[in-house]
Amino acid sequence: MKLFERILLNRRISTIVLPIITFIIFLSIWYAYAKFHYDNPVQRRNALPYPHEIFSEGFLPLNDKVNGLRPILGYMWPTVKVTFLGLLIAVVLGVIVAVLMNLSKGIEKSLFPYAVILQTVPILAITPLLTELFGEELGVRLVVTVLVAIFPVITNMLFGLQSTDRALHDLFTLNQSSRWTRLVKLEVPSALPSLMTGIRIASGSAVIGSVVADFFFAKGEKGIGYYIRTRQQQAIQRPEMFAGTITASLFGIAMFVLIGWITSRAIRNWHDSNLTHR
Amino acid sequence: MTALSLRDIRMTFPDGTRAINGVDLSIERGEFVTIVGPSGCGKSTLLRIISGLQQPTSGSCNVDSKNIGYVFQDSVLLPWRNVQKNVELNAELQGIPKELRRESAQKAIGLVKLNDHVTKFPHQLSGGMKMRCSLARSLVSQPQVFLFDEPFGALDEMTREHLNDELLNIFLQEKFAGLFITHSIQEAVFLSTRIIVMSSQPGRFISEHKIDFPFPRVPDIRYSAEFAELCGRISHDLKLAHA
Repeated sequence: MKLFERILLNRRISTIVLPIITFIIFLSIWYAYAKFHYDNPVQRRNALPYPHEIFSEGFLPLNDKVNGLRPILGYMWPTVKVTFLGLLIAVVLGVIVAVLMNLSKGIEKSLFPYAVILQTVPILAITPLLTELFGEELGVRLVVTVLVAIFPVITNMLFGLQSTDRALHDLFTLNQSSRWTRLVKLEVPSALPSLMTGIRIASGSAVIGSVVADFFFAKGEKGIGYYIRTRQQQAIQRPEMFAGTITASLFGIAMFVLIGWITSRAIRNWHDSNLTHR
Repeated sequence: MTALSLRDIRMTFPDGTRAINGVDLSIERGEFVTIVGPSGCGKSTLLRIISGLQQPTSGSCNVDSKNIGYVFQDSVLLPWRNVQKNVELNAELQGIPKELRRESAQKAIGLVKLNDHVTKFPHQLSGGMKMRCSLARSLVSQPQVFLFDEPFGALDEMTREHLNDELLNIFLQEKFAGLFITHSIQEAVFLSTRIIVMSSQPGRFISEHKIDFPFPRVPDIRYSAEFAELCGRISHDLKLAHA
């Protein structure tokens, strides 16, 4: 008990140890469910393989050219490219749209409903339309990724711009600042923390968007979603399917960490969310 | 030389509230005028009108708007800029060349005694230090008219008195025309050459008191009988303003 308390009290140890404990519990439940839910071991493996089976059969065949870690990484590359590029485009476009909306109520009123619709339309329901417009290769996957990632960027950036301190606005007014100066020296820096929150949410959507787009648009350079989908079709390939899925989500986690790191670099000196208590 | 003159300023808000009802005021350089009055009597609105942040419903306001220093209730610093960069802000926005504004910022920082903290960010400063920084920012452009909207209201008594002493020193050096707003009668008497009592709804001036303590004023005048008597008289008028 003493030891446990000491681990909990030590911040650095606890941020590592506690998630590991959660992970172990999660794995135990997985093992227990797989073991007791299925009577037939073959049936079990084809439905819910044990974690170690995923590792040995899904990842380990190192020299297999069709399944295993190497092809998985090969399929990951197009997805990673689409995710990064899509996120980048979503951020640039989203920031521009938010800045325009902030500039004029008219523009905000004209565009905002469509930004919301963009978010609510089930993108995959319009697959045929997207194919018609953008084909089935990397391009259309990029479009899907941008479509799902842009909304949080727009809303968070707009919220940030519009929440700029009134008194600071007064200060800039007293100095007869131009609209441009106000934007660049006041509104954009003060919107930065919310923009970064938006990008963090968008990065998660971008990963999911590009993986799901792989499922439905499978020409040209095929992505990890294609790998997962094709391994779903045969029960015997269940470990391979999980291996692909796990890799894709590890990528999502990596994105989340990366954006978090960039955020803390960008606002490290001043924003409340980023300051340690004095 | 008259630095600021107001003639029959009236302000009615769109909802019909009459905030200011006919205010006349003129302040010369070297004068430090303080307005005391109940909350919501239109003191802040008056400052906003003088600075040009708001337009009065009627009346005329004569002041060189490019030559106004404005110290807000809060320090209003950019949290992403350090002290040096914050102090330079006004000068920067007014397009003063880099070298020049750095130099005048250094001087202003010296005046408010923040020399040891130029690289700190606002979150690393105490309330009093933030106010000093805010004061320095306005000092950089050496304004002829200085408006103070209850700048020390949120500070503790010790810090407030200390800053009052320093503000007076700066006033003696810079010789601007000061218009100060406060709830603290002691603060008003200590700083001012003239005190105006304002009543609320609608806001108007009901009495004026000349404060004749010679400059430089030592902190100890706060404990003199004359000081107490002045405070008493103003307090009496303030009670009338509330009624």
